[in-house]
Amino acid sequence: MAREESPSWRLLSDFAADPFAVVGLFLLLLILLVALAAPLISPQNPYDLAQLDIMDSRLPPGSRSASGTIFWLGTDDQGRDMLSAIFYGLRISLVVGVTSTLLALALGLALGLIAAYLGGRSEALIMRIADIQLSFPAILIALILLAVLGQGTLKIIAALVTVQWAYYARTVRSAALVEKRKEYVEAARGLALSPSRIVFRHILPNCLPPLIVVATVQVAAAIALEATLSFLGLGLPITEPSLGLLIANGYQYLLSGKYWISFFPGVALLLAIVSINLVGDRLRDTLNPHFRQ
Amino acid sequence: MLVYVVRRSIQAVLVLFVMSIIVFVGVYAIGNPIDILINPQADQQEREHAIAALGLDRPMWVQYAAFLSGALHGDLGRSFVHSTSALGLILERMPATLELALAAMLIAIALGIPLGLWAGLKPNSVAGRSIMAGSILGFSLPTFWVGLMLIMVFSVMLGWLPSNGRGPTTQFLGMQVSFLSLEGWRHLVMPAVNLALFKLALLIRLTRAGTREALTQDYVRFARAKGLTNVRVIGVHVLRNILIPIVTIIGLEFGSVIAFAIVTETVFAWPGMRKLLIDSINLLDRPVIVAYLLVIVTLFIFINLVVDVLYSALDPRVRLSEAKG
Repeated sequence: MAREESPSWRLLSDFAADPFAVVGLFLLLLILLVALAAPLISPQNPYDLAQLDIMDSRLPPGSRSASGTIFWLGTDDQGRDMLSAIFYGLRISLVVGVTSTLLALALGLALGLIAAYLGGRSEALIMRIADIQLSFPAILIALILLAVLGQGTLKIIAALVTVQWAYYARTVRSAALVEKRKEYVEAARGLALSPSRIVFRHILPNCLPPLIVVATVQVAAAIALEATLSFLGLGLPITEPSLGLLIANGYQYLLSGKYWISFFPGVALLLAIVSINLVGDRLRDTLNPHFRQ
Repeated sequence: MLVYVVRRSIQAVLVLFVMSIIVFVGVYAIGNPIDILINPQADQQEREHAIAALGLDRPMWVQYAAFLSGALHGDLGRSFVHSTSALGLILERMPATLELALAAMLIAIALGIPLGLWAGLKPNSVAGRSIMAGSILGFSLPTFWVGLMLIMVFSVMLGWLPSNGRGPTTQFLGMQVSFLSLEGWRHLVMPAVNLALFKLALLIRLTRAGTREALTQDYVRFARAKGLTNVRVIGVHVLRNILIPIVTIIGLEFGSVIAFAIVTETVFAWPGMRKLLIDSINLLDRPVIVAYLLVIVTLFIFINLVVDVLYSALDPRVRLSEAKG
């Protein structure tokens, strides 16, 4: 092709070649927007007990409240509008998922780079811990950590970070080991640049593509894990229900046919996870030079 | 081959030893079980008596040595709460969890490999694309929510299947099992399908990727050039080569199925190890937590060992490089 293309434009057009991924991206943007604007677009503030009326509890979707507003997705056992609860819950789920992923990314990145650059004993130690940890299922580790730490938003984030850091450490170490042997690193060493400059300015940017892919998929995994832990009653406090807690809350009413309390938060959770996975899947293909034509 | 198995077994025992130290120290570093177990009104003397009776006054390494010598005789300690053998408590609950996990794994294998093969052989067909789209869904659906929806559809709306418990069990090889009676099957099928979904998606993707890669290899082209039938090329040449990573993953994922059974057991009130673990965590019943973790670790290590041995049986190159090294 004769036309000059900037790398970011090529990436974008590559990404857009898959219609599923584009749908996923739009869905993801929509979900982010809803989560950000939750206080503005929700019909009701689900945390403000003064706005809840116990007479409105467990109404099916589409019914009218005593004061005339319509509950499009029904209400829960406290008369909370499910649509508003989902908007706010989405916000909490996303904040927990993204925060824990970013923290785990920073930790894993630092440890992985240290392991790759220093080698020797520190590498053996860091990678051995990562290996042992990865040989256990994430849910088991998170469960035990939460049992020891107790409940709360910060604690669940700490548990999610502990579960996730090893993935990044491994990914960045294997990428950095390959980069380390390349000539530009040798040239940078020849210029007597400081080790931290070589690691952060030269090696790190070249390790980013695989990390971005892992991080995207991990956000979805973190959201799912948080929801699961909340469902088991070991996650977030009941005062600020995430999607998982909303679903758990509806569990007891499911058998009497009041499906909407569990069903709709689950759909929201599913849409969030699917859209992130669709985008992550496509990113893997576009950022991986092996799949490029 | 024998040398290989023996060497791997010694390695496995070493890993188990190291893990037992880590688990023991980790669990014993948390909380103080006396605060939970003993009556808050108890006086100092009673307290000290209880601490001594549970052996908590000794230094940690003495406690570990006592634990280790017991463990070598098949005794993983006594539960603080139930005052019975910790291992006994776990073994009592284990058949239910194992049965659920095995059923889930079998469902995932029986459906995952054929579907993945199909998607790999015809990646651009409607069926191939649908299978892949389905597998993304399988990855994304939160297990516990799918379980709830299964209950909603099959128990509440249609009324076909029971929503919880294990149903009547039958004695089989000294264990209580569900799969020998029709009623047991009716209880087992929904939790097993629920637990299988995630692994099913994983196996589909793995088999598809392996198949697509194998089809471009020289040995497949050569087999085709020899005039072998399509069935033989795919059934023998392709399948045998992609089976190696698949066997590894099936083995490794079995442990994770057992761990994830915690979620499915909660949704379907399945009487497995889940309740025991969560109760012992809440009551700081250290011997049971340690015993539970060590049973799981042993299971993992055993599975890894079996996978490695199977590996060398499937791929002669592994065996050869081991023999040289």
